[in-house]
Amino acid sequence: MTTDTPTTEDTAVRTGGLDARLVVDRGTFRLDLRLSAAPGEVLALLGPNGAGKTTALRALAGLTPLTAGALRLDGRTLEEPEHRLRVPPEDRPVGVVFQDYLLFPHLTALDNVAFGPRCHGTPKAVARAQAADWLDRMGLADRAGAKPRALSGGQAQRVALARALATRPRLLLLDEPLAALDARTRLEVRAGLRRHLADFPAVAVLVTHDPLDAMVLADRLVVVEEGRIVQEGAPADVSRRPRTDYIASLVGLNLYQGRAEGHTVALDGGATITTTEDLTGPVFVAFPPAAVTLHRDRPDSSARNLWRLEVTGLESHGDQIRVDLTGELPLLADLTTAAVAELDLHPGRTVWATLKAAQTHAYPA
Amino acid sequence: MTEPDTETGPAEVLEDTRRRPRTSRPRPRPRLRAGVPLPLLLPALGGLVFLVLPLVALLVRAPWRSLPDQLTGVAVWQALRLSLITATAATAVALVLGVPLAWLLARTRFPGRRLVRALVTLPLVLPPVVGGVALLLALGRNGIVGRWLDSAFGVTLPFTTAGVVVAEAFVAMPFLVISVEGTLRAADPRYEEAATTLGASRFTAFRRVTLPMVAPGVAAGAVLAWARALGEFGATITFAGNFPGRTQTMPLSVYLALQSDPAAAIALSLVLLAVSIAVLAGLRDRWMAAS
Repeated sequence: MTTDTPTTEDTAVRTGGLDARLVVDRGTFRLDLRLSAAPGEVLALLGPNGAGKTTALRALAGLTPLTAGALRLDGRTLEEPEHRLRVPPEDRPVGVVFQDYLLFPHLTALDNVAFGPRCHGTPKAVARAQAADWLDRMGLADRAGAKPRALSGGQAQRVALARALATRPRLLLLDEPLAALDARTRLEVRAGLRRHLADFPAVAVLVTHDPLDAMVLADRLVVVEEGRIVQEGAPADVSRRPRTDYIASLVGLNLYQGRAEGHTVALDGGATITTTEDLTGPVFVAFPPAAVTLHRDRPDSSARNLWRLEVTGLESHGDQIRVDLTGELPLLADLTTAAVAELDLHPGRTVWATLKAAQTHAYPA
Repeated sequence: MTEPDTETGPAEVLEDTRRRPRTSRPRPRPRLRAGVPLPLLLPALGGLVFLVLPLVALLVRAPWRSLPDQLTGVAVWQALRLSLITATAATAVALVLGVPLAWLLARTRFPGRRLVRALVTLPLVLPPVVGGVALLLALGRNGIVGRWLDSAFGVTLPFTTAGVVVAEAFVAMPFLVISVEGTLRAADPRYEEAATTLGASRFTAFRRVTLPMVAPGVAAGAVLAWARALGEFGATITFAGNFPGRTQTMPLSVYLALQSDPAAAIALSLVLLAVSIAVLAGLRDRWMAAS
């Protein structure tokens, strides 16, 4: 590893936006992510608990030091352990909305928002006027004098967002911005947040384990598992072509890996799936659980895919029942409650599953 | 009307657990039931009597009739005034030095932190007389620092009112440090992090976020320290002596009066008891209602 030769990486340094390779070593856990985003772009880090999303966010904010790598924002290097360079969090143009907001409980909503500008040397009266303006923009002008304790979850979220935006950051970080909200508020706050993020002129990075939040709010998804990026792309692409079990189950898809010969994919487990795509070589095959049909007896069906499977579990999933099946291949099927009753499904029961080739989606691995 | 039921049921459960993250569920209050076991009840009552009986005795045996005469003496007010001033000054010293020390112990990691913590706690368990002797050896006219204070600045601490403050602060500060450190540990350090992401230096974060948030704990620690300073005897008499008007605080004059005039000692004790109760009652509503 030579460090003095200029690499393509150096010449490709963005002049605006975020350009980072975050490496954080924590004993047995190692985070290693490469992130870049243009100004105005909203990036979502999506992943299961313990994947390292929050660590990545803390590293961007400067709250957790990097072990290696570099962090550049708008062409300025904020951290580079190799050169012992590290800008402390208070000097970074970064705003953070924490998961449980961390609004200062002893200050009013207005003073919470004015806190940042005050720390940056803005005179008190000006800072308070700016804060009032931000609260107004969030539709919270009438709550300016309220202490955080008196705010509802949705209001607290907006105050936290206003507080982070009031310092005019060049990088906005949001840690599970909607996780602390109940279902009804969530919908409303999500829509508001989407609007504010669209208006935000710099880079925004949000961390979430909720695929819906990620898809609605972000321009680009970065899926993180065990400290690494496993997939990256536009929300629609990631959900249509998941590359790991986690993403597949997250977006509610059956996902298999195998080898394609024309329209037939031989799975690693031995079963085959017939698809509409004509491919050769290693592929992924994905299809939604709702595309699967279950039958009590061997059906006389035109479906190209037919498997004999055993029910291992039933789980209520919205207004549907999700049936977990094993046998030739592991399979998830979504059925209506009526269908489950009619088929007399229970764990241990053997059923036939059919799937139309047209419902599958195969793509190169 | 089954549909709204199934709709709101789970949603409300979610709402309850999600709306206020990180607040612990209120624990059911322990209730005194008929079934308190005797092996616990008897010692408990014994303990209560043991603590209250001496105070009752003080009230019963108080020379209520001669009390006005006892308390109008100049010496009493002199001693009380000195006690209040020195205890307050010692608390101020403990606050100025102790709160930062508590922060250091609670929020930073440095080699030997455990040792420092043990050293801070030592005056808690050290016999106050030993503390007084140690203070003499350090700050006395021939002490390792006192000699230098004397020659360079002409400052002598032993047997002065300032010496009383030093002795009281030495004994009382650990109470404050331990109490404030506990409060700081219980306070979420992420608020300080949130403040730094908003551009606050670590000191600004401490001053504008942490300190206001732990104010009740600091106040409770200050009350503890003040009470301890008010009652300080051993270190004070050893380091500062027993000069009326200058270093003779209330506890010292109580002890002295007991030798010659027990009635006066009881009267003085009543005054101290009244002051203590007044402080406790005055601060209870504001700071100690939490428990």
